[in-house]
Amino acid sequence: MGTGTSLGRVRGLGSAHSGSHHWWLQRVTAASNLVLLIWFVVSIARLPVLDHQAVVLWLKSPLAAVPLLLLVISVFWHLRLGLQVFIEDYVHEEGGKIALLLLLNAYAIGAATLCVFSILKIAFGGVPA
Amino acid sequence: MAEFSLPKNSKIKSRGQSYKSTSEGKNKRTFKVYRYDPDSGENPRYDRYELDLDQTGPMVLDALIKIKNEVDPTLTFRRSCREGICGSCAMNMDGKNGLACTTSIEDCKGGELQITPLPHQEVVKDLVPDLTHFYAQYASIKPWLQTATPAPAGKERLQSPEDREKLDGLYECILCACCSTSCPSYWWNSDRFLGPAILLQAYRWLADSRDEMTGERLDELEDPFRLYRCHTIMNCANTCPKGLNPAKAIAEIKKMQVERAV
Repeated sequence: MGTGTSLGRVRGLGSAHSGSHHWWLQRVTAASNLVLLIWFVVSIARLPVLDHQAVVLWLKSPLAAVPLLLLVISVFWHLRLGLQVFIEDYVHEEGGKIALLLLLNAYAIGAATLCVFSILKIAFGGVPA
Repeated sequence: MAEFSLPKNSKIKSRGQSYKSTSEGKNKRTFKVYRYDPDSGENPRYDRYELDLDQTGPMVLDALIKIKNEVDPTLTFRRSCREGICGSCAMNMDGKNGLACTTSIEDCKGGELQITPLPHQEVVKDLVPDLTHFYAQYASIKPWLQTATPAPAGKERLQSPEDREKLDGLYECILCACCSTSCPSYWWNSDRFLGPAILLQAYRWLADSRDEMTGERLDELEDPFRLYRCHTIMNCANTCPKGLNPAKAIAEIKKMQVERAV
């Protein structure tokens, strides 16, 4: 790598030829977050009562469970993409950066999976007494 | 992590010199100017110069030239055209980047008028920042017409008035670095992020109907750091002394990147 000249330092290792897909997905998931979150708020507001049984029964409908699954996936995907940019912005030490990016991925995937599991458990579980 | 604290030798420590105006006029104002001389081994300081505005030209550059000519010849700053076309006298005045020659003293709010070099650049001396890296970044985008078609014999490459209009708002950039040095993303990542000025220049060639290396130029820019550190903070458009909008040019580059993939 041409570190001996200022132009060499700027050219560095060259272009990564990536980034546009990341940027585009961040916009797409932002839009889907907006649509699905509006759906979520409106749906909750329209429930006649907000007790445990009413919400569990509501989640048994595929018209509630499927959009909620999509919302969870969209939100955690967006979170992963956004926080990755944040880490890249501020953490410059290579080891720490990679460790934080791995932690972020573990959290986003782990938490999203837990949410998906919970929704499916309610959707396919028994009717509460 | 990003370094939020300043290196030891950049902290402003001692109280600098104060120069009082001997004029008997009533319309006086103090200019608080950043001073740093790396050869002295001392930390930077602020010197205060009081001037009679009735005997000074209207612009900040007029005041600086008056100080250098009549009060303190050691004050160092860049200047050349004094009409906003060379970009030499870019500096931070009253907390905002601009050209000293087109910034009126009157427009800077009352009290001491603080003048510092462009932010987050190494300082060569006083108000002179080291722009070597900035110019290398400019060179890296190959800012010249590149074609596969040989030049037509005996005449210039033609461009319709409509295509020429697409360069308006781009060609006027004078590379003063006011925008790039006002951009927080450029502060934290200027080693890899090209910054608003250079990306506006890159788009100037992407938008040129005569240039045939659009794909190659987009290839070079497609990088999480070179292009995508721009988070549309918009400081660039706010500060540009020529009234240009680098953020819009960067958005156009991103649109072109997506257009060829989606």
